[in-house]
Amino acid sequence: MFAAELLASSLRMAVPILLTAIGAVFTERSGIVNIGLEGMMIVGSFWASVGAYFYGPMMGLLFAMMAGAFLALIHSVTTVTFRVNQVVSGVALNILAYGSSRFLSLVIFGKATTSHHVSGFNPVDIPGLSNIPFLKPLFADISPVLIMALIMVPISKYIIEKTVFGLRLRSVGENPLAADTLGIDVFTMRYAGVIISGMLAGIAGAYLTMEHTGMYVEGMTQGKGYIAMAAMIFGNWTPTGTLGASLLFGFAEALSLRAGEGSIVPYQFIKMIPYVLTLAVLTGIVKKSTPPAASGVPYDRSTG
Amino acid sequence: MKIRELLALSLVVLLVLGLVAGCGQKVDAPAEEPASEGQEEPEEKKIKVGLVYDIGGRGDLSFNDSAYAGLKRAEQDFGLEVTDLEPSGGGEDREQLLRLLAEDGYDLIFGVGFMFTDHIAKVAEEFPDVKFGLIDGAVEDIDSSSNISCLMFKEHEGSFLVGAAAALKSESGKVGFIGGMKSPLIERFEYGYLAGAKYANPNVETFSDYVGTTGDAFKDPVKAKELALKQIKAGGDVLYHASGASGIGMIEAATANKKLSIGVDSDQSLTATDEQKPFILTSMMKRVDNSVYETIKAFVEGKFEGGYRVFGLDDDGVGYAVNEFNEELISDIQPKLDELKAKVIKGEIKVPADKNEYEEFLTTLK
Repeated sequence: MFAAELLASSLRMAVPILLTAIGAVFTERSGIVNIGLEGMMIVGSFWASVGAYFYGPMMGLLFAMMAGAFLALIHSVTTVTFRVNQVVSGVALNILAYGSSRFLSLVIFGKATTSHHVSGFNPVDIPGLSNIPFLKPLFADISPVLIMALIMVPISKYIIEKTVFGLRLRSVGENPLAADTLGIDVFTMRYAGVIISGMLAGIAGAYLTMEHTGMYVEGMTQGKGYIAMAAMIFGNWTPTGTLGASLLFGFAEALSLRAGEGSIVPYQFIKMIPYVLTLAVLTGIVKKSTPPAASGVPYDRSTG
Repeated sequence: MKIRELLALSLVVLLVLGLVAGCGQKVDAPAEEPASEGQEEPEEKKIKVGLVYDIGGRGDLSFNDSAYAGLKRAEQDFGLEVTDLEPSGGGEDREQLLRLLAEDGYDLIFGVGFMFTDHIAKVAEEFPDVKFGLIDGAVEDIDSSSNISCLMFKEHEGSFLVGAAAALKSESGKVGFIGGMKSPLIERFEYGYLAGAKYANPNVETFSDYVGTTGDAFKDPVKAKELALKQIKAGGDVLYHASGASGIGMIEAATANKKLSIGVDSDQSLTATDEQKPFILTSMMKRVDNSVYETIKAFVEGKFEGGYRVFGLDDDGVGYAVNEFNEELISDIQPKLDELKAKVIKGEIKVPADKNEYEEFLTTLK
């Protein structure tokens, strides 16, 4: 029972990381680094509260996606069209996301740091599996967004590996000049990659607000957008690898919450687990990491 | 090329505007009315009171909202000019905001939360003519002639009562506590609560968890909810939090599992959703609103005094909440709680405020 509880908690903690990390796969595969994912998650969490409060959970989800996509659009315009340094643009967007959410929260809800209570989707039971007592925590009362996040993994894998769109996306991330000479519109593909990442990060934010907490609280993303980037790298720029990495990070988080006061290890060390794991993963343990060749490199037709 | 440049420029403007919107705190400059300039009526000048919130900010339905309530009440009663400001996410600009208000001619300025302690000490020295109120913190070595008034609470005494309420209402004999940032202040809530539970039922099993070790722990409802779920799965059926806006997650978890929760600082039944209301047993009231109001009142009457002021059970500075939503739920244990309250006030029960005192307290129970 404890094991199932721990896994269920890991899964809940992994969902926002997973959704954002899949988004990161799309944007990086197209050749654009998106540090702004954290910001897109923030606007997602805020706009989900607006949509859900006034029009219900479906609109909450939609608002969050649109907000994430809008921020991603700005990122595309600056980095793809104007070839601004991608990290600088991403950092600027994070600040913009933080500031605009605070400002609009004050305008819409009359308080800067929290929204009103909002309700999410009704939790669902997985037929059959939710009746097995041992597995109940894993399959009963599941958020539909959680299921959606898991389904996104094979779907993304299919899109990236098997479709024409995916092939083109990958080619502009590996060698945009070659892709361009073959008639692929590098700019459109990169816009698409970045905007998909913004939409997914927005959904991740909506999950936090609507499904997990039932309210927007400023700063509730707690750096999960950055952890998602680490998960994407650890997952070697693939959706399935990202799933494994996200679950690992979720597990570390859930474990650190479960290791209580009574243990011999000092409290502060237990709270460090997820961060130490991130560092460990990124420095040594990754065997071979193969980023897209043109990731982070702006494409200019006149110079290639 | 022209259009691209124009686009780039407008983007820059958009980003800058976003920054300004986010960082720019609105300080309402006193509206200068040209009409009043001619008439010399110095008495007509409104007293200006400013307040800077702690992390979590207004809308945490708890600590900061309580301070806001006190400020608003004073504004109505005394016709003040008031401003309330929220520090940025990590609270790095606390000191700037205090200074901003002081420079802007505010007469009395509050810092809400123990994290203001050093900042108020510093700014108060720079502005000797301005009075400061510090909630939950103690600036060292000041007396009644100081321009700082430290407003403190016996959180452990109030927590003791809700701890007893939790133990009396628990069917499983297991009760839980979730703290925000691990710090001596929050430990007062924790050990007072645990002591109350053990006093009411020596066999009760208790859980304690903290969200984190930084100020961010007061605005992480995601983690607080997971901690609450963990305690509930372990059998806990009454949970209490002292974690600011994070506690929203705990109340959510308790409600979803039909377990009872206890709010903190403000009466959290009043701000809960209709779904949550039946599951909020009570709230540990920390009357930050009263302390703010009393301090402003004293100032308006010219009786402001520096130094330390401690609010406890005896002067209703702390207590437990009874309202139309929990009346029925709590009525059977109210006589018992009031009896305990009387004992604490009389000094028959010495409520522990830290770990050592708590362990000592446990030995006296046997």
